[in-house]
Amino acid sequence: MRYGYYPGCSLERNASAYHTSLMAVAERLGVEFAEVDDWNCCGATEFIAVNRLRAYALASRNLALAADQARSTNGADPAQLVAPCSACFLNLSKVDRYLEDSPALAADVNAALAAGGLHYEAGSLRIRHLLDVIVNDVGYEQIAARVNSPLRGMRIAPYYGCLIVRPGFRERFDDPEYPTSLDKLMRVLGAQVVDFPLKTHCCGGHMTQISRDVALELIRRLLKNAADYQADMIVTLCPMCQLNLDAFQESVNEQFGTNYRIPILFFTQLMGLAFGLSPAAVGIGKEFIDARPALAKIGAAAEPAAPAPKRKPRRSDQGLPLPQMPEEEQP
Amino acid sequence: MSPEHADRTRGSPHGAPGAEQEPRVGVYVCHCGHNIANTVAVDEVAEWAGGQAHVTVARDYKFMCSSLGQELIEQDIKERGLNRVVVAACSPHMHEKTFRNTCQRAGLNPFLFEMANIRELGSWATDDREAATQKAKAQVKGAVERAVLQRPLDPLYVDINPNTLVVGGGIAGLTAALELANAGYHVYLVERDSSIGGHMAKLDKTFPTLDCAACILTPKMVDAENHPNITLMTWSEVLSVHGYVGNFSVRVRKRARFINEELCTGCGTCVEKCPVRIIDQNFEVGLGYRKAVYRNFPQAIPKYPVIDPDNCTFFQRGKCRACEIVCPTDAIDFKQKDEIVDLEIGNIILATGYEQFDARTIPQYGYGRLANVFTSMEFERMVNAAGPTAGRVVLRDGVTAPKRVGIIHCVGSRDKKYHEYCSRACCMAALKFAHLVHERVPEAEVFNFYIDIRAAGKHYEEFYHRVLSEGAHLIRGRVAEVTDAARGPGEEGQLIIQVEDTLIGKQRRIPVDMVILMAGMEARKDARQVANLFGLGCDFEGWFTERHAKLDPVVTMTEGILIAGACQGPKAIPESVAQGSAAAARVAGMIGQRTMKMEPVRASIDADSCSGCRICNNLCPYHAIVYHEDRRVSEVLTALCQGCGACVAACPSAAISGAHFTRDQVMAQIEGILWDARQPEVLWLEPA
Repeated sequence: MRYGYYPGCSLERNASAYHTSLMAVAERLGVEFAEVDDWNCCGATEFIAVNRLRAYALASRNLALAADQARSTNGADPAQLVAPCSACFLNLSKVDRYLEDSPALAADVNAALAAGGLHYEAGSLRIRHLLDVIVNDVGYEQIAARVNSPLRGMRIAPYYGCLIVRPGFRERFDDPEYPTSLDKLMRVLGAQVVDFPLKTHCCGGHMTQISRDVALELIRRLLKNAADYQADMIVTLCPMCQLNLDAFQESVNEQFGTNYRIPILFFTQLMGLAFGLSPAAVGIGKEFIDARPALAKIGAAAEPAAPAPKRKPRRSDQGLPLPQMPEEEQP
Repeated sequence: MSPEHADRTRGSPHGAPGAEQEPRVGVYVCHCGHNIANTVAVDEVAEWAGGQAHVTVARDYKFMCSSLGQELIEQDIKERGLNRVVVAACSPHMHEKTFRNTCQRAGLNPFLFEMANIRELGSWATDDREAATQKAKAQVKGAVERAVLQRPLDPLYVDINPNTLVVGGGIAGLTAALELANAGYHVYLVERDSSIGGHMAKLDKTFPTLDCAACILTPKMVDAENHPNITLMTWSEVLSVHGYVGNFSVRVRKRARFINEELCTGCGTCVEKCPVRIIDQNFEVGLGYRKAVYRNFPQAIPKYPVIDPDNCTFFQRGKCRACEIVCPTDAIDFKQKDEIVDLEIGNIILATGYEQFDARTIPQYGYGRLANVFTSMEFERMVNAAGPTAGRVVLRDGVTAPKRVGIIHCVGSRDKKYHEYCSRACCMAALKFAHLVHERVPEAEVFNFYIDIRAAGKHYEEFYHRVLSEGAHLIRGRVAEVTDAARGPGEEGQLIIQVEDTLIGKQRRIPVDMVILMAGMEARKDARQVANLFGLGCDFEGWFTERHAKLDPVVTMTEGILIAGACQGPKAIPESVAQGSAAAARVAGMIGQRTMKMEPVRASIDADSCSGCRICNNLCPYHAIVYHEDRRVSEVLTALCQGCGACVAACPSAAISGAHFTRDQVMAQIEGILWDARQPEVLWLEPA
């Protein structure tokens, strides 16, 4: 499998662990991510608010480069572009759709691109989020086959954030209200997934720079919810979410007098660990809240024999049975 | 199939040869008010038609179907000597019958009439006046050319078997069966479950009167069991249906109960002693338990239990036999086999009901994740005195009474992501629940979250006001989520309902300790298979399609197959009962006629041209073609033929022809429709 790869700026800096771990995991899975040459900023969340046409042209330049590159290397048909960052994914797919819906806009944008000798045919790329590619193209079975150090006993809160399943222009690959693909992936890695009701709630985004109090309250809710469910860590798929929950955790503790120490990791890091890669190889140690104490739970190398499943306690006669869920959803 | 079927028909499919005189065609172009006249130049079409070959008279008129319009045709037939009539108007589904009768009244054979549908296929399909007018001309020309070759036909008559099959023993099917039985006709009532009663048997109270559901349902169930005109077949399913209106052959499988019904007294000792206890996903909707030998509820009809071999220790491991040991009348029969029963039936009423929307589909509402989120049917069982908690309203722990209860309306209904339609009954059921919570736990607070309150029904609005005056809080807004993620001390340990209160325009978080999801109604998972089995249609959602949404709601497009109750669309008890009665009345009317007139559109085989290849034999969906070994030719049994035309198209020797759809008639119509294809302005590609 070969995909165009648009890392976005975060993966070069604060989320370099995401990039490192993805490359390590991709190698194991036999997936090739070919980075788009000379890519530029996707516009992040701000630029669209400043000047729409320029923001569209900015994102379109990446699309044009990716489409050209895919064509010249005879890529998959239709050429697919993968973005690991939720904001990049949303911006690129959003602009692609706008261009397709409005030939006038496409003409304007292409006029701008022509200055650089580029042209983009709207809809010629399939733009996808990394998680979508991992769970749907690679598939749970392939991943399960490569797990050799399952994350047994690790309690994980799967955190999707707001951008990958909403608004979901084209590549909506999971339920927008209550996605479960990351839950399943973590279960495949052997971890125990806790119910995380705030899994699609806001991490605060750039509010940390604009209205600190609002952002810290939003972050506090997420941390509290994960702590209430006794999660050992929160797993994310978005550099923004990771940054906010990780870098501002101390600020939350100061502001609210709490004492959270919940590590925030990328899902690719946990895939790497489950595939038997070393913590260093998947970028563990770059996070603010040290993940090592939590990882000791599984990192204690020699895996303790799985405890014999306890007999379910006999239900008191008065208790009402719980609704039965589809089997795979049971922890 | 059998000669006795052939005996049921009178008249011939071909009719008498005749009408050899010069064709004199009358063409009538209908305005249909503005429906056609706004898009088609009707006067131009009529004038043009008047100049076409064979046409004696052509007129346009505002409403051809009015009595004045029909009189116009009658008058022309009598005075101008018309022997063919063409009406260019709406679909033949609407008015073919009307104009055939018009022709008949004027002494013209009704099959010398042809209809051109210039409304549904023309004026309604486009705004392009010129194109629509041109198409109308082509359709008229085709109809005229075809009418010229039509031959008079005589209708066929078939006898109506007075036995009726009712599928589904819920309140709709039960009502239909009893109405017909009381009218003196025999009914076979087939029910898939082990007892009749349907969903209504699970309920405790019915809105708005708060009648005890069992008290009003069980007398009907007992009546059905004891009625001399009703053959009750529970634990049974229809396997196949053959034939046509008045003469269906139906095959039913009676599943083995493993209980000898002749011997069983219904004492229930076997149920009591059975050591296997499993969660009852069917009748108790997962909230209660049943044994491996069980009866759905104490008043089940028939009273005989059934053994569930998938969970019975004897069937699984070959030992136990506890029930056999304790049965005082030796009624347990582990060797019992399924039984196949063949029935001869005149009409079929389908009353197969609905399924509840699966609340797990909406994970943000927490059903299956959060223990104290219940579905509406679970709550029905909970408040039922015969249910798992003997009527006590309690949390999932089985003891604690709730202090604050949230009732969420429209779960899976009125939502484009799930079902766009309104499930009709849930608003009233939700108000009933609010009342019942107040009644059983007087100190509890109740919050109803609604989009609109749909209380359209006799005494429904009054009941709504009553529930309001009892102190229920009604909050208008679709709930975003139910969560146990507390934000602060006031929310700890509670279920929080996050909702935009659209009346005050604010987001609210309301902590409760019990949530009831009013899950809507949806078509049964196997509705499409059932529809195929009986040969009727389903809409996109899986509801059975009626012949006309307003004027013919209990009859389907297939003659002799009727529908009643929630299999046609979401319905509460009163509407289901009304439909059950209506379907029964239609069937009784049909039986009362004893015979039925049928279209003489039938296939026939010219024995001289038949090569005996037998391709048609297996193709016929109605098993209407027999092969004569001695003469090596096939023959269509006219009584069984439904005129579908499959054999006509398939016959390689062109030996089969369909009356009223003969080869020359169809070819002439095509030629007519293409009348302008060789006009000079049309580019005509000659082969090089």
